[in-house]
Amino acid sequence: MLLIHCPYCEEDRPEVEFANGGQAHIARPADPSAYSDPQWEEFLYIRRNPRGRHHERWRHVHGCGRFFNAVRDTVSDRFETTYKAGEPAR
Amino acid sequence: MSGYRLSVGGRINRAAPLSFTFDGKAYQGLEGDSLASALLASGVMLFGRSFKYHRPRGILGMGSEEPNALMTVERGPARMTPNLRAPSVALHAGLAAKSQNRFPTLRRDLTAVNDTLSAFFPAGFYNKTFMWPRAAWESVYEPIIRRLAGLGDSPTTRDPDHYGATYAHCDVLVVGAGPAGIAAAVEAAATGGRVILIDEQEEPGGGALADPAQWADLAASLAALNAADNVQILSRTTAIGHYHQNFVVAVERLTDHLAPTDAKGAREKLWRIRAGRVVLAQGAIERPLVFDGNDIPGVMLASAARTAALRYGVAVGRSVIVMAVHDSGWRDALALMAAGVTVSTIIDLRQDVAAELVDAARGAGIAVHLGCAVTSARGRLGISSITYAPGGTVDERAIACDALLMAGGWTPTVHLWSHAKGTLRWDGAWGAYLPDTTHEVMTCVGGCGGAWDYGSGLALGTLPSAKPLHKRKGFVDFQNDVKARDIGLAVQEGFRSIEHIKRYTTNGMATDQGKTSNLNGLQIASDVLSRPVTEIGLTTFRPPYTPQTFGALLGHHKEALFQPLRKTAIDDWARDHGAVYENVAQWRRARYFPRGAEDMDAAVLRECLAVRDSVGMFDASTLGKIEVVGPDAAEFLNRLYTNPWKSLAPGRCRYGLLLREEGFIMDDGVAGRMAPDRFHVTTTTGGAARVLNMMEDYLQTEWSDLDVWLTSATEQWAVIAVQGPKARDVIAGLVSGIDLSREAFPHMAVREGHICGVPTRLFRVSFTGELGFEVNVPAQHGRMVWEAIHAAGQPYDITPYGTEAMHVLRAEKGFIIIGQDTDGTITPEDAGMAWAIGQKKPDFVGKRSLARPDLVAQGRKQLVGLLTEDGTHVLEEGAQIVADPDQPVPMTMIGHVTSAYLSPALGRSIALALVADGRARMGETLYVPMPGGVIRAVVTGPVFYDAEGSRLDA
Amino acid sequence: MKRFSGFNLIGEAFRSHQGWPEHWPDKAPKPAYDAIIVGAGGHGLGAAYYLASKYGITNVAVIEKGWLGGGNTGRNTTIIRSNYLYDESAHLYDHAVKLWDGLSQELNYNIMYSKRGVLMLAHNVHDVQSFKRHIHANRLNGVDNEWLTAEECKAYCPPLDISPNARHPVLGGALQRRGGTARHDSVAWGYARAASALGVDIIQNCAVTGIRRGADGAAEGVETERGFIASKKIGVSAAGSTSVVMAMAGLQFPLESYPLQALVSEPVKPIFPCVVMSNTVHAYMSQSDKGELVIGAGTDQYISYSQRGAFHIIEHTLAAICEIFPIFTRMRMMRTWGGIVDVTPDRSPILAKTPVPGLYVNCGWGTGGFKATPGAADLLAYTIAHDAPHRINAPYALDRFRNGRLIDEAAAAAVAH
Repeated sequence: MLLIHCPYCEEDRPEVEFANGGQAHIARPADPSAYSDPQWEEFLYIRRNPRGRHHERWRHVHGCGRFFNAVRDTVSDRFETTYKAGEPAR
Repeated sequence: MSGYRLSVGGRINRAAPLSFTFDGKAYQGLEGDSLASALLASGVMLFGRSFKYHRPRGILGMGSEEPNALMTVERGPARMTPNLRAPSVALHAGLAAKSQNRFPTLRRDLTAVNDTLSAFFPAGFYNKTFMWPRAAWESVYEPIIRRLAGLGDSPTTRDPDHYGATYAHCDVLVVGAGPAGIAAAVEAAATGGRVILIDEQEEPGGGALADPAQWADLAASLAALNAADNVQILSRTTAIGHYHQNFVVAVERLTDHLAPTDAKGAREKLWRIRAGRVVLAQGAIERPLVFDGNDIPGVMLASAARTAALRYGVAVGRSVIVMAVHDSGWRDALALMAAGVTVSTIIDLRQDVAAELVDAARGAGIAVHLGCAVTSARGRLGISSITYAPGGTVDERAIACDALLMAGGWTPTVHLWSHAKGTLRWDGAWGAYLPDTTHEVMTCVGGCGGAWDYGSGLALGTLPSAKPLHKRKGFVDFQNDVKARDIGLAVQEGFRSIEHIKRYTTNGMATDQGKTSNLNGLQIASDVLSRPVTEIGLTTFRPPYTPQTFGALLGHHKEALFQPLRKTAIDDWARDHGAVYENVAQWRRARYFPRGAEDMDAAVLRECLAVRDSVGMFDASTLGKIEVVGPDAAEFLNRLYTNPWKSLAPGRCRYGLLLREEGFIMDDGVAGRMAPDRFHVTTTTGGAARVLNMMEDYLQTEWSDLDVWLTSATEQWAVIAVQGPKARDVIAGLVSGIDLSREAFPHMAVREGHICGVPTRLFRVSFTGELGFEVNVPAQHGRMVWEAIHAAGQPYDITPYGTEAMHVLRAEKGFIIIGQDTDGTITPEDAGMAWAIGQKKPDFVGKRSLARPDLVAQGRKQLVGLLTEDGTHVLEEGAQIVADPDQPVPMTMIGHVTSAYLSPALGRSIALALVADGRARMGETLYVPMPGGVIRAVVTGPVFYDAEGSRLDA
Repeated sequence: MKRFSGFNLIGEAFRSHQGWPEHWPDKAPKPAYDAIIVGAGGHGLGAAYYLASKYGITNVAVIEKGWLGGGNTGRNTTIIRSNYLYDESAHLYDHAVKLWDGLSQELNYNIMYSKRGVLMLAHNVHDVQSFKRHIHANRLNGVDNEWLTAEECKAYCPPLDISPNARHPVLGGALQRRGGTARHDSVAWGYARAASALGVDIIQNCAVTGIRRGADGAAEGVETERGFIASKKIGVSAAGSTSVVMAMAGLQFPLESYPLQALVSEPVKPIFPCVVMSNTVHAYMSQSDKGELVIGAGTDQYISYSQRGAFHIIEHTLAAICEIFPIFTRMRMMRTWGGIVDVTPDRSPILAKTPVPGLYVNCGWGTGGFKATPGAADLLAYTIAHDAPHRINAPYALDRFRNGRLIDEAAAAAVAH
């Protein structure tokens, strides 16, 4: 069970308090209708799925309820950092 | 009979004899014994039978590494546990153990014919045969193999015991309470942090328990630790796995060491420990030696004999021989002599053994043969003699004995280190892998860290023999009957990686998970391949360290606590009035209310007709409710739902449709605008959490510009649907502050006021097609209001109805149920709900996806009605629809029945279905091929009753 | 290849089995092949076997970064079934089930396909509707699947608790009698041995580090730890590592790789005669020929290549198992392990050509790849050989994520109202 630092609560809490939200920094376009089918496919489905450094979303669903972002190594599962939603990618 | 109780020594209580049975025969042991030591003391050598060849087996080790002595222990009816290791079973009065995997008895096991035929069953034999005739694998071979395999018998009745679970946090967790672990705990305790020290044995001490010289220090250290209020010592507790970020899982055995009559409370307890720092002090496990006959009862690890003598006061034999390749065997031999056990001979493969050891042995009267190796052990149900020879020669000599001890060196216990993905390095001196690097805050101390001075030795795959490998009969994995030559065969057949060798031979796959076999197997493979061990690889260590009870691992999550059952405020009333329930998502809901001997069909018919003719009441409390509040609430819903929301006036309601971003229907529900900045949004019963999560996701991460707050209100409101022509009459006398007239309170309106003196949000909505209200009241008043409505409705014979009638009533009106009439692949257009899409809206969740080619293609399945030609015939939900019933299988299916009922209002059957191009097929006859024949049905619109909606506005 | 048979086994017993040759020779890579398969799991080895045996391409290499069969092939719970809802799925998995039958004889390697039946439990009205839909669709597709009442479920699987008072009472079940299990390692080894006998080179411990593309964009070969290997046809069957391999060709895929755990109990005498699955309590179990209860868990929630997962998944899995089989709480868990499963957005596989000419992919099997092994292998081989998909795998192309023609079995089954 991962130990996750919530940047809002500023506490390390167990994974069961959190819900993973998938790859981070995929912004929904302001005007989806302007997207071509391939662009829309990429938004909906294409994921980096990297072996190594990975930006992902978490929600402290059984805590403060806030979404935040994390950088985690997908080989060791170690967190490099977590930061609040809206902050630039680290 | 060879073993016996020494007259002095050991940590047993000689004043406290305990009676127990093994295979029905009565024995006596002492308090402090393990089942193994008590049996050894009684002269028992034969403890079990091996897995594959059913060979007779004795004790190999005296700890959790034991592969042979597996037993079933029965603690009364329904409290039977198979496969327990006798050395790890604490003796208690009345203990009843029996041997396993033998037929009919342990001494005369007829299935041991496998051993006679073992030449035909080498590693991987099953891949090579049993293929003819084809059908015989399942009908003949596999059933026989299955019956011969397996160890003990599974329990067959429900376990009456219960199990505990807890979380713990500490600054330092020390795993293993041998001298190194205790020292680490003492050191950690001095810093003032919280320390937990866990150890798998009956008492802390580890290896020191078999070394009386350390007992005084041990007692002093333990007394100090016990006195410290920042230290917790957990005995009988096995650390089974290390997980991410120093999360260590352990299981404590609470009662199995007690006589059943003394056992109170939970049987075992799961510890989930998060530690700042983990100190592993798990020690090392002695390695057996591989030579012919090394599995005969009476051949055991030197450390086992030492433990037997010094901890339990038991001599493992009267004439003991030690075969050593490591100094520790000499020390153990000397310790045994000192304890009164006769060691006749020490044989060591090494020519140059430290003079002090040789001198001491000779001085004690032990014959010493250096540069020699045991070439065979002899005996059937127990060892009687050995042969030995100078290394690798045929110059054999025999010696009689009743026990042979193997000192093959030591394997550090690096399991938890490896669970945590810590790396290992090969250490030539140890002949084993030692911990190297880790990214956890974790250290290894003592034997498991390689920091243990117990002399030096060799690390061998097999003892030298004049025989070629394929003629040898020495065992590597005792429980799984893997011989050195099986590993040779695997290599011969092209298996090079240790993972392949393991899987082909099953070496290390027994219940001990290779604690005594992995390193020998690795070394043998290395020898056969003439490649260094480090190129052969290493099998992965996986939790648990030792096998663990399911019951302990699942903790409290069973029976009523497996998953909470959600009940509404009106649930008790329904139960008291005979409701038959169904589970929906996590809730239980009243499905129907039978009167007398009514079956479901009769009850549903009555309930439906009551709603159509007069009035019914329905507990709709399980519907999800989300309070959407804030200046941008309307804009938020507008972006989320397909429908337009900004134009909705306060006091009005709208049916909302929610799509996944992929364009498929996800949820629906009515939302009422309570105020310009406040909406009361409802969801499906199963969808409430899903919808709220989705709302939060979009609100927080995509539309953080919106000023909106979301609150789950599902359990705050009890909801009572009052439906039917008399609905208004029923509630009129109970409601205050709301003008219920049709002009003042039209369909799809919401009002706030009071009912029965408590606040209500009163919705005028209908899921039945009748005049209807949904009375929302604070949940704590739900039952009171329900009963008040029920009383007020008596003049109209108000009828409580359940989910089944609700389904029928809505189907008559063609209203869909998300998840029944849609299935996650259905668009609003497919469902005939294009009307719910705000055509002028530039965007909403899912809109872009609806424009994808396949979502606008011809031939998509569309929701239609179906009327069977025979109106008494109700189609089966899930039945498939074809256009041509005479086609061969596989048929082209064009749709399926989603809902089907006998309609009380129509007096005939109705169905909803998803059919390809369904709306273009109105009036067409389609076919439902069922096992009993083809059913003909005509495609219609999905609304079967009151299509013009006149009854809504009564 | 020395033929495996009871007769030869007895013969070899009299000379201590010294006459058995290598299952497959350890080959060094040649400079070029007519086709290369990346990934020596059951799917990849099978594809090589079918290329050589059915489609006439024998100059084939299978390249594996570790040891063959060491990924998900050797880590799964070995369940075989084909009672899927949609035509596309039913045809795909039933193609596999038909190939499973007789595979031991075809490969001359006993892969121990045991048709002990797969029973899927229904615990609520929604489950019943969904399973009935499956059963009717299966029947009209020629796939066996039948409805059992709760009592019939109990008779088929005696350890089952069908008490109406259970938290999730059993209302019935869908039984596919042809479903069952096979021995996972034997499948990989059997294909490897048979492919090798037909001239396929199996190259282990040789990680692919790059995919070389020509000026026209087409695949030209793979860079490996042991040098460049040329081939105009490259089939990637790398399961959890597919995203990493595809990135080497400049492609990003609709895939995410999750940890999936499984566990076994200590062996006991026969107690559990079939395979039981329950989606509602989320558990599945069978008993191996060796006697272990083999239990599958769910995926962890985050992507990971660590091949380990969290303990709370194990807790919940055992809770689910003991909820439907309460007699097993005293059984003991012997080993847990983890694999990496590659999951697509619709949880159906991708078995198709890629935008790179000459590069083919078989991935996205998620938690269900083992059962499809022979089918996926055959169809990947067909697609490579013909540079076009077979009718059965044509729907499993990448374009479905663009046009929306998803094959979403999970959505069809799992939505509760």
